[in-house]
Amino acid sequence: MSGLTYETVAAFAQQGGTIYFGLIFMGGLAYALWPRNKEAFRRLAQLPLEDDDHV
Amino acid sequence: MWKHHARFERHSLWLIIGIIITVSIGGLVEISPLFYLESTIENVKGVRPYTPLEQAGRNIYVREGCYVCHSQMIRPLRDEVERYGHYSLAAESMYDHPFQWGSKRTGPDLARVGGKYSDSWHVDHLTNPRSVVPESNMPPYAFLAKRELDYRAIEKHLASLRGVGVPYTDAQLKNAREDLETQVDAFAGERSGLKTRYGAKVTQRDFDGNPEMLTEMDALVAYLQVLGTMVDFKTYKATDPENLR
Amino acid sequence: MTQAAVSRDDAPLNALVLFTFTGVAALLAILATAFSPDPAFRFHGWVMIGAFVTAFMVMAVGLANGRFKDEPTRYHDGVVRAGVIATMFWAIAGLAAGGLVAAQLSWPNIFYFPQFPELNFGRLRPLHTSAVIFAFGGNALIATSFYVVQRTSKARLFGGAWPWFVFWGYQLFIVLAATGYVAGITQGREYAEPEWYVDLWLTIVWVAYLLVFLGTIWKRKEPHIYVANWFYLAFIVTIAILHLVNNAALPVGLLETKSYSAFAGVQDALTQWWYGHNAVGFFLTAGFLAMMYYFVPKRVERPVYSYRLSIVHFWSLIFIYIWAGPHHLHYTALPQWAQTLGMTFSVMLWMPSWGGMINGLMTLSGAWDKLRTDPVVRMMVVAIAFYGMSTFEGPLMSIRAVNALSHYTDWTIGHVHSGALGWVGFISFGAIYCLVPWLWKKDRLYSNTLVEWHFWIATTGILLYIAAMWVSGIMEGLMWREYTPQGYLANAFVETVAAKHIENVIRTLGGVMYLAGAVIMSYNLWRTIRMPSSATADLSAPAPNPLLAAAE
Repeated sequence: MSGLTYETVAAFAQQGGTIYFGLIFMGGLAYALWPRNKEAFRRLAQLPLEDDDHV
Repeated sequence: MWKHHARFERHSLWLIIGIIITVSIGGLVEISPLFYLESTIENVKGVRPYTPLEQAGRNIYVREGCYVCHSQMIRPLRDEVERYGHYSLAAESMYDHPFQWGSKRTGPDLARVGGKYSDSWHVDHLTNPRSVVPESNMPPYAFLAKRELDYRAIEKHLASLRGVGVPYTDAQLKNAREDLETQVDAFAGERSGLKTRYGAKVTQRDFDGNPEMLTEMDALVAYLQVLGTMVDFKTYKATDPENLR
Repeated sequence: MTQAAVSRDDAPLNALVLFTFTGVAALLAILATAFSPDPAFRFHGWVMIGAFVTAFMVMAVGLANGRFKDEPTRYHDGVVRAGVIATMFWAIAGLAAGGLVAAQLSWPNIFYFPQFPELNFGRLRPLHTSAVIFAFGGNALIATSFYVVQRTSKARLFGGAWPWFVFWGYQLFIVLAATGYVAGITQGREYAEPEWYVDLWLTIVWVAYLLVFLGTIWKRKEPHIYVANWFYLAFIVTIAILHLVNNAALPVGLLETKSYSAFAGVQDALTQWWYGHNAVGFFLTAGFLAMMYYFVPKRVERPVYSYRLSIVHFWSLIFIYIWAGPHHLHYTALPQWAQTLGMTFSVMLWMPSWGGMINGLMTLSGAWDKLRTDPVVRMMVVAIAFYGMSTFEGPLMSIRAVNALSHYTDWTIGHVHSGALGWVGFISFGAIYCLVPWLWKKDRLYSNTLVEWHFWIATTGILLYIAAMWVSGIMEGLMWREYTPQGYLANAFVETVAAKHIENVIRTLGGVMYLAGAVIMSYNLWRTIRMPSSATADLSAPAPNPLLAAAE
């Protein structure tokens, strides 16, 4: 593994990590803001408040 | 019914795949280069695998949880270098399974404690820390001097260490028991098998001051006395390109 | 499913499988104990024989009496009740161990016993950390996750008798770990001290846990999965990954306790702190955030402030946490690029953490009066506040320049305890205060006044603890680097030890106060359980789902 130098690893990890984080964040944000999910989220938010004595 | 099930399972499956992808990349990117990057561990002379006695002492160090109060990692900060000695190199713990860098200094760093105090100081200090350091809050380890060292499986220990990458030779494995006993023999001499196998710098003496018995105290003090003494810093140049990280 | 195939009198298949499993395990434990040359291994062998033989006999009697029948129309709450009791038991044990080790550092001449090496600080501190993190925290997580996943999936726990295996298997793991430390059986890796065979046992238990949890989600009657279950799932899955990688080791022999880590030195250090920091991130944060996302809305009877925010919170939190581990290794022999990466992501971690905190706190909007009227709500809100505080302090301490001072000092200990006592402890206590009346069908807790006492004693205890550790940590950090005008180090190491005595005493007091709060809580819960049940009132109330209720 002679091609692997300190600089390449550092650059790959730091830049790649940031880009990768950006992608995950955008993905999560898109899912959270997707209009079609709005109704499901409204319904899900109510879930803990429903009666819970019976299956 | 079945259609529903397939749909439900798809949701949880995606969630699990998402979680695994999200959490695994970071660790891979950070940890795996350390195994391939040559500059991770400096190229220094002198670091050798522990002798059987030192390794047995290290196991006692681990067993007693010394790492919860003592670090073995000197940072390159002025006060630490002046207090403890040259900052620690990655190479110095390359045979440490597990590493014992520690995370807390309730007591001082021990990375270079070897050779700083006499054996009898260590024995007194371990037996009753407050007899030599009145303000200390270290636990007493008097029992180590009374307990015989259990080394019935020492060959297996070294073989296991070789299995995880410590370069013990066949001769070192085969003579593990003899080497262990030789190291506490003050009369073993310069041409002992131990010295030929582990180098002339290895110390051979009765560490706990009790020649009648090979105790856990012998092993622990032997380990403490070798800590940080392997690298000859006269030959190590931190500014050499190969040592820059 | 299989219930239909099994006739009424037959024991369910899952129970028979478990019965066989305990029998085989008992046999293996007996053989291993008989043939092991290692006295420490034989000691643990006896513990395992005791556990498996007892389990085997209890199951034999149970099966003979027709127990272990699944009741698909009812929630499986027995195992949750057991989990609540175990949580409180281990809380007291773990906090008491903490009080003892704190007293040892304060008064070494009184609290060390030279004739009992088992009670030395080095063996008891892992006992304390494991007891509070894995025994108390772990039981709280397992119990609440079993409760929450059933309610939010509207399905009974999957796996018949196997949730009981998860519960008892986890207790066995705790007992093996704890007795191991005291007997000197340890891997010497912080928060991953149990030896290889205990790790293997935990792996089996954890896989069963994952399957029970997932199986329940698969049975759910909602198309989507509630966000609390996302956090629980991330906790379960990630802890499994961390556990397997960090504990990779080669045993000295199959019947020997000792093993050697697969990694050495710098690689071992990063693997360990990748594990260690994510044990904080996924055990002590993600799991307890799941608790927050269920119990806070439930208790204040309001939906979570922003469900969208909870999703963004989830993905950014689990992504960023995994990178933050190297901040435990600043200025060490770890290459600097990894340190920089760890620091950057640790600072970024502040954002999702506070997003979650805001989401939890704002759930109370419109119900702020409950802070005054309901001490349980107050406890959970203070927990969230402590979460916010320690997730601000953490990124601060991960900055290299700050870390140069704070690392190796008591400041770290104070930081950990503001998170552990304030966040993890209080959110768990809040959840348990909610759960006990629900599980034992009571209208209310025995005494709200006692909850008030618990809250104030414990809060004062936390403040004493962390204030003492800030002072002693920063003091010793400064003393270590103090120079005389002549350019010599001003203090010998032992002078910094002596200087911390009064802070050590205050810390002990704070910890004992926190323990006292937990004792008050246990008494309160015990009296609640012994109160007359509100079950009769429950029957007369209109059932929300008459079809299923009639079927019961």
